[in-house]
Amino acid sequence: MATEESYPEDLRYHPEHDWARIEGDEATFGVTWFAQDSLGDVVFFDPPEVGATISKDEPYTEVESVKAVSDVIAPLSGEILAVNDEAGTNPELINTDPYGKGWMVKVRLSDPAEVDTLLDAAAYKALISE
Amino acid sequence: MNAAELRRTPLYEEHVAAGGRLVPFAGWEMPVQYEGVAAEHAAVREGAGVFDVSHMGEIKTSGPDAARFLQHVVSNDIDKLVTGGAQYSCLCADDGGILDDLFSYLLEDGSYFTVSNAANHESDLARFHELAAGFDAEVEDLAPSHSMLAVQGPEARSVVAALADGELPARMHTATLDVAGSQALVCGTGYTGEDGVEIILGNDGVVALWRELLAAGVTPCGLGARDTLRLEVCFHLHGNDMGPDRNPIEAGLGWCCKEATGFAGAEAVAAARADGTAERLVAFAITDRGIPREGNPILAGEDRVGTVTSGSFSPSLGIGIGMGYVRTDLAEPGTTIAIDVRGRRREAEIRTKPLYAKSN
Repeated sequence: MATEESYPEDLRYHPEHDWARIEGDEATFGVTWFAQDSLGDVVFFDPPEVGATISKDEPYTEVESVKAVSDVIAPLSGEILAVNDEAGTNPELINTDPYGKGWMVKVRLSDPAEVDTLLDAAAYKALISE
Repeated sequence: MNAAELRRTPLYEEHVAAGGRLVPFAGWEMPVQYEGVAAEHAAVREGAGVFDVSHMGEIKTSGPDAARFLQHVVSNDIDKLVTGGAQYSCLCADDGGILDDLFSYLLEDGSYFTVSNAANHESDLARFHELAAGFDAEVEDLAPSHSMLAVQGPEARSVVAALADGELPARMHTATLDVAGSQALVCGTGYTGEDGVEIILGNDGVVALWRELLAAGVTPCGLGARDTLRLEVCFHLHGNDMGPDRNPIEAGLGWCCKEATGFAGAEAVAAARADGTAERLVAFAITDRGIPREGNPILAGEDRVGTVTSGSFSPSLGIGIGMGYVRTDLAEPGTTIAIDVRGRRREAEIRTKPLYAKSN
């Protein structure tokens, strides 16, 4: 099902196994390879509402594997600009392409300085290998 | 429970080697999945999969009164169990509550093998001993020395037949055969809704059998797939879909209760059958998006009318399915209900059991 384990250098990471791709004062969020591997086959993703306000370290949506439900934690705060409806229709994209077609939301950041609190790829890899 | 206190089957190292993800289950450390639940589920529906079910218990009953004793213990009519046959039943408390569900096999030598659920094995044994007073029957715990594999799927029989020295038993029958070098009780039973066999053998032979099955291309399957497979065909999971607080009538297991035999709990079951029950176990499917989970409230309109006892995504049907107890007047297939999935209302419909059949 899944791709090879990877943690792209151009992303920033939250310890709750989320990634953020920062583009100015906007960012795209998703879950990491480690997260999707822990979940197993993702069978359900209900995208949140566009326009909703989300807060760093708080759940903003859920993903479900066959057996379990998991909260997805916001790596940064902001307002949702777009959601990945394709991943809602084909949730397996979260397994097969977690950093690409498996993205979850695009957000306008309310506090871009929060980015400095996130981990780089090396620090995140160190965290998950503990 | 501390990981150090968890018990391991003789196949523990094999599970690790096969990439199994081990989790605590009923006091055992068992594989929940290897490659993934969806792939393992599909292997059983389309090919062949093997489950280590060595955590399940085996109770041997023998002696001159073995048949009369078991007739008193289990809910089904043990006199209808022929030599080489298999029978499903409930083990009931005196008040009719379901202590466990069991498969019993009658062997050539007149003794019985009864398979119990891991979580209930010790309390089942205690119930057997409690009921044994006055019977000339010996009750023996074979669980510590025996292992069990379930090989399930449309190709399961041909794979096992190639490893066995004789003809495999028909469905709901047993045969004592040499399989992969060990004497084994091969049973034409399973809990997946597919054809296949369950193989009970001494602990010494199970590693060799497991390796032969994997070498023959059988997919190792974990508890995750076991649960989705059994739920699709609406087989009960004790501890979820029934328990000591539910009688066989409300659980839909009246078919395996023969109160005329006078089994322990028969009077309470007969009363439930005669009077009806306030609730019934039903199967349902979500008709919009969402996946029901154990404990979710079941709604009719705005009223709470029950609780989900098993809920999952169905890999075969591609939708959320479940079972749960509802008010008896709402239990008819076709009734519209809704499931409160963590605060979201998901429309659902009560369906005929099983939810999945081969013709789907």
